[in-house]
Amino acid sequence: MRYTPHTDADRRAMMATIGIADVAELFADVPAAYRFPQLNLPAPLTEMEIARELEALAEENTSMGQVACFLGAGAYNHFIPAVVDVVISRSEFYTAYTPYQPEISQGTLQAMFEYQSMVAALTGMDAANASHYDGATAVAEAVIMALHTHRPPRKKVLLSPVLHPQYRAVVRTYTQGMGLRILGDEQPDTDFHALAALCDEETAVVVVQNPDFLGQLHSPAEMRDLAAAVHAHGALLAVSVDPISLGLFTPPGAYGADIVTAEGQALGNSLSFGGPYLGIFAFRHDLVRRSSGRLVGETVDLDGACGYVLTLSTREQHIRRGKATSNICTNQGLNALAAAVYLAVMGKHGLRKVAELCWHKAHYAADRIAALPGYEILAPKPFFKEFVVRCPRPVAEINRFLLDEYGIIGGYDLSQDYPHLGQAMLLCVTEMNTADEIEDLVQALSEVTESHLIPLEVVF
Amino acid sequence: MEPFLYDLSRPGRRGVDMPDPDVPLTPLPAEYLRDDLPLPEINETEVVRHYIRLSQKNYAVDKGFYPLGSCTMKYNPKINERMARLPGFAQIHPLQDPTTVQGAMQLMYELQQMLAEIAGLAAVSLQPAAGAHGELSGVLIMRAAQVARGQGHRHKILVPDSAHGTNPASTTMSGLTVVEIPSGADGNVDIDALKAQLDDRVVGLMITNPSTLGLFEQHIVEVCRLVHEAGGFVYGDGANLNAIMGIARPGELGIDVLHFNLHKTFSTPHGGGGPGSGPVGVTAELADFLPGPIVAQNESGEYVWKMPVRSIGRVKAFHGNFGMHVRAYTYIRMHGAEGLRRVSEDAVLNANYLQALLKQRGDYPIPYGHRFCMHEFVAQGRIAGAEGVHTLDIAKRLIDYGFHPPTIYFPLIVPEALMIEPTETETQETLDAFADALTAIAQEARTDPERLHTAPHTAPVRRLDEVRAARQPILARVPGRQPA
Repeated sequence: MRYTPHTDADRRAMMATIGIADVAELFADVPAAYRFPQLNLPAPLTEMEIARELEALAEENTSMGQVACFLGAGAYNHFIPAVVDVVISRSEFYTAYTPYQPEISQGTLQAMFEYQSMVAALTGMDAANASHYDGATAVAEAVIMALHTHRPPRKKVLLSPVLHPQYRAVVRTYTQGMGLRILGDEQPDTDFHALAALCDEETAVVVVQNPDFLGQLHSPAEMRDLAAAVHAHGALLAVSVDPISLGLFTPPGAYGADIVTAEGQALGNSLSFGGPYLGIFAFRHDLVRRSSGRLVGETVDLDGACGYVLTLSTREQHIRRGKATSNICTNQGLNALAAAVYLAVMGKHGLRKVAELCWHKAHYAADRIAALPGYEILAPKPFFKEFVVRCPRPVAEINRFLLDEYGIIGGYDLSQDYPHLGQAMLLCVTEMNTADEIEDLVQALSEVTESHLIPLEVVF
Repeated sequence: MEPFLYDLSRPGRRGVDMPDPDVPLTPLPAEYLRDDLPLPEINETEVVRHYIRLSQKNYAVDKGFYPLGSCTMKYNPKINERMARLPGFAQIHPLQDPTTVQGAMQLMYELQQMLAEIAGLAAVSLQPAAGAHGELSGVLIMRAAQVARGQGHRHKILVPDSAHGTNPASTTMSGLTVVEIPSGADGNVDIDALKAQLDDRVVGLMITNPSTLGLFEQHIVEVCRLVHEAGGFVYGDGANLNAIMGIARPGELGIDVLHFNLHKTFSTPHGGGGPGSGPVGVTAELADFLPGPIVAQNESGEYVWKMPVRSIGRVKAFHGNFGMHVRAYTYIRMHGAEGLRRVSEDAVLNANYLQALLKQRGDYPIPYGHRFCMHEFVAQGRIAGAEGVHTLDIAKRLIDYGFHPPTIYFPLIVPEALMIEPTETETQETLDAFADALTAIAQEARTDPERLHTAPHTAPVRRLDEVRAARQPILARVPGRQPA
């Protein structure tokens, strides 16, 4: 094998040093009845062969370059500058471990410190960790962190019904052994005002999303009111955001959030069928010792020169074991690096421009669709890049038509998670969608109302 | 000294030019807009140079030997990277209609099958994002299965004292109680201590086999039988699977739940701290409890998403770290059964060879050196005639010799531990050179200990003040704000 260098002569020499005649002797501790099982795996392939096979398998998937995509719902097709992949392809970065030896890990450590700084800048928060697994687990960790801040313990958690359905599911999975009452999302139309009314002295944390899962933007004034109501009961406010939206809109740090989380994929990470992404996790400074995950801090070396280290590790599992703030060890370091490079190269102007392009294109698309007979835009508040469209036909049917006839990936079908909205889809428009694609989408949707679908159904 | 990123910023510089809108404009809502966006303004050239210079301050597997115990820092094949970047894998949306992503789902399905085969288990979920995430899933699975058996009163998880810290941490997160089990003098679990804790309050045992001492648990079959007889499950920490592929199948030894570290055993890169991937595998009895959805095949052979009927739930948005699945799949398919066994044999051969060299030279005590080790072993930084020198000094001095230090001060039960895992991808020459460096350092420790106390001398920075970093933490610098 190409990755295992030993020749037979090497092995003989090494075995002589060990004092064995056969490598099998090294495994004498394995019970004989279970030793050396025959694994039933496909025969090995060379690099040429596996590449051919995987290229064929990849070809079976419909990828972004082949279609126009209007699907978001937590994973987004945004532009990624070439610089990002160049940096994360440096094997000095991607073949290093967690920076346990800081003197020979200053590259990773400084890049993570800069990531934390830019996340703090973007969210308006004091500090950030070096990432969680994704936007969903970041919310779960925010809930657990909030629980740790309360003495005596508080056992009630309020989740907005327009927090991403998968994030709410992950919070419930993570906390299933903790004896919590997780409420707030039973009724899909519970707004932030009603959610605040459910907050009491038993409540540890209130979690909302802005822009919410249905794309709606909640104004700084509305968010300040929510924060005040939550804080009046001594509870914390955690806000899950779209980091691209923060190129334009007021950051949660400015309206009273205690913890800010986000799915960071949109910052320079490819869609990659759902992962690896990164969970952005930012917080107020006084919460730092309750926070979970790796933190990079600034310090000095023996000569007084500036350097960076992993810090406050007494919060973490390898020191505190069963009393740690979380069990997390490995995070999403390389994805956080991609996000950092993205923010560095996009910068102040580029990120704002991306957010503006999303805004203008999404609103143009919504205006055009609103003019189609049979369609209705359900957006009582301003929205950013996603909006709900009530459709004249079931969404699954429409999406099949869009794909088959126009090469368009349509929006997220809301009928499972939000049945009260009727036949509704969540459409996403980013800077990647051209005016022509929007034109095609509008044309295709208009044809749906003209009962082009019926012959299709007959065929099936 | 590489400048802080923001120090490269000058007002008006641009790193990327974005096109103007090709649609009519819609006015922005003034009361929603932020006042300032304090991100840097740097042109592309300077951004690239900044990160390339930073990269050069890192040690990495592609630079040299990285014998970090318990981390399996093997070579990361380059074909893996190319495959994960194929547009058909990298440019697909996780919520696309399954009929448009059958290739990706087939890959996930086959990876589930192959991992189950390697571990001797019935079913696998690829959703967990890292080892600790797989552990949390595994503990929640054991808990849920006990509840389903009407044993919801059980709350104890037994954890050997040599375990990774993630084991007790995952237990606490699951709302269960950690009970520590001591190791015996031979490095195995102390059977009597185990028996004393086996009662009707036990949810299960978490065991790392080979252990963090690098030893194969000689009584593993008996340990699993005892736990099962007490109504408990056995969780296997798969961090050390690299020692036993094709050597033993955890499921056949009695393990009920196991997580895999694709970023250790199956060659996906560590990324400077992630992403990893921590699939969790289980016996047939526990298959219905897996986190999901997982990939299944329907009657017509199509791949579909399936939520196990009594699933603990979703542990992550979407389907797991798919990019890592592609890399691990590539690795397994290139090796096949014989190749994977060769990997484990050579990993164990390399560790025993290095252990034998260090034993011969006698500078460093090896507390369990009378046994063959598995893929790693634990030495001690206690050099006779150099009592003021500690493991930390030795580790830092290894940097000057061009090596990444081993894992230090772990496992906790061995004082001054140096946990050494060479992996199978290293040549005999590299192992010889590393042993020579350790010998030379032992000499220096006796003749010039100050040289060790002040090491490293050749790294981009000198030894860093970690106490100061923790006392007055500065975690972010944003222009116009106090450092926080």
